[in-house]
Amino acid sequence: MEQNVVITGLGVISSIGAGKEAFWDGLIRGASGVAPIISFDPSDLPVRIAAEVQDFHPEQSLGLRAAQRLDRFAQFAMVAAKMAAEDGGIDVFDSEEAGVIVSSGVGGILTLVDQEEILHRKGPDRVSPFFVPMMIVNAAAAQIAIQYKARGYSSAPVTACASSLNAIGDAYEVIRRGDARWMIAGGAEASILPITIAGFANMKALSRNSDPDQASRPFDRDRDGFVLGEGAGILLLESEENARRRNAHIYARIVAYASSNDAYNIVAPDPEGRAVTWMILRALEKAGMRPEEVDYVNAHGTSTPLNDRIETLALKKVFGDHARRLRISSTKSMIGHLLGAAGAVETIATLLPLERGIIHPTIHYVHPDPDCDLDYVPNRAVDARVNTVLKTSYGFGGHNACLILQRDAH
Amino acid sequence: MNDQEFYDRLKKVVSARLAVPEEQIRLESRYAEDLGADSLTVVDLAMALEEEFQCKIFDSDLDQIKTVADTLAYLRSHLSA
Repeated sequence: MEQNVVITGLGVISSIGAGKEAFWDGLIRGASGVAPIISFDPSDLPVRIAAEVQDFHPEQSLGLRAAQRLDRFAQFAMVAAKMAAEDGGIDVFDSEEAGVIVSSGVGGILTLVDQEEILHRKGPDRVSPFFVPMMIVNAAAAQIAIQYKARGYSSAPVTACASSLNAIGDAYEVIRRGDARWMIAGGAEASILPITIAGFANMKALSRNSDPDQASRPFDRDRDGFVLGEGAGILLLESEENARRRNAHIYARIVAYASSNDAYNIVAPDPEGRAVTWMILRALEKAGMRPEEVDYVNAHGTSTPLNDRIETLALKKVFGDHARRLRISSTKSMIGHLLGAAGAVETIATLLPLERGIIHPTIHYVHPDPDCDLDYVPNRAVDARVNTVLKTSYGFGGHNACLILQRDAH
Repeated sequence: MNDQEFYDRLKKVVSARLAVPEEQIRLESRYAEDLGADSLTVVDLAMALEEEFQCKIFDSDLDQIKTVADTLAYLRSHLSA
């Protein structure tokens, strides 16, 4: 029998706060996590700002040995998973009815770069035996499964910046079709380092604006690229039946998931937004909803010239006249682009209006762009009674994913 | 280098690689049972010891090194050789 799926636990690590309360408070305030890079000397790089996670001490919550055996991305994931489990009232599953789908854009790239240097400097005999288990992109999913004895369905879908929204969507489907009662889902990313900055900068994807208080400005006329961020978002999903039985707090119901591919170019979005338009319409159809029922869209909103324009175009195609009544905001204006973790962290941002009746703003918004002419909730949070929200993520490779979430009516 | 200095250096490496406080490490401590090391941790420890003591620990010898005392004896005999 097809199961309804609800969200009952949240864990988040971001540059504006760790834990849902601090994160939501930061979003409402319009806090910015973007600052000059401090984890390494960026002076010879074309971009010297990012949204780094500071004051992160994984050994305090995971123990020294566990923390030592994890790449930073998996440390983020494990700490966020612990928050989500505690928030959802879970200790350990010890069950095949619980699974884990946690992803990342690139996984343990810090470990890869460190060990590559050791290989060249000291030779192959000195490459750590932990290199492979720390680097693999499924390390976070695996470690969470081990920690919580979740022996059921498990994977790590890698679709660049759509990865963790695909992870949540896939986990939703696993519960919906009855393969699990519980799923831990989300994503983590820790890839702020010279080689990624250089790579993204050379593709002209990063903002060259050196002012941390201006660079990430989604939908603004003067946007010129994204700002790299890091962190993790982990959600506890379960069947509604399971959640009701144990009287768990329900943040939202997931009512539809859809995914598509632009099949156009490895990095540039399809200028007509065909696959995105189809995907959102497909999700609405699966949810049995009319476009007019959507109140709020947490956009992908990267702050690149192309994404924000084409994303706006696709929303107009899907929602028609209703597009002008939609509230739309970009979490990336505050925490930068978390790549593979973006979809999950932003899903937690998308729950804010359902929980607190407040929509977070798109900050750093100064000049309207004639091509981006919708309501992006500029600079100040707004109070709003919201029932239905749409979260979208788009990744290099043309990957698209979206979720429709709804307030729990009970 | 006297025995105490040698032992202290060994303990420092074991403590760092196994993430165990030095106070918990004794001569008779077994890596797997007492200090919670898995097979990769033992390989990692051997590599760190090779660096610290500028020696070679052969993979085929790892099976004989079960305790801190075994390690001390192994290093002693291979360093003086």
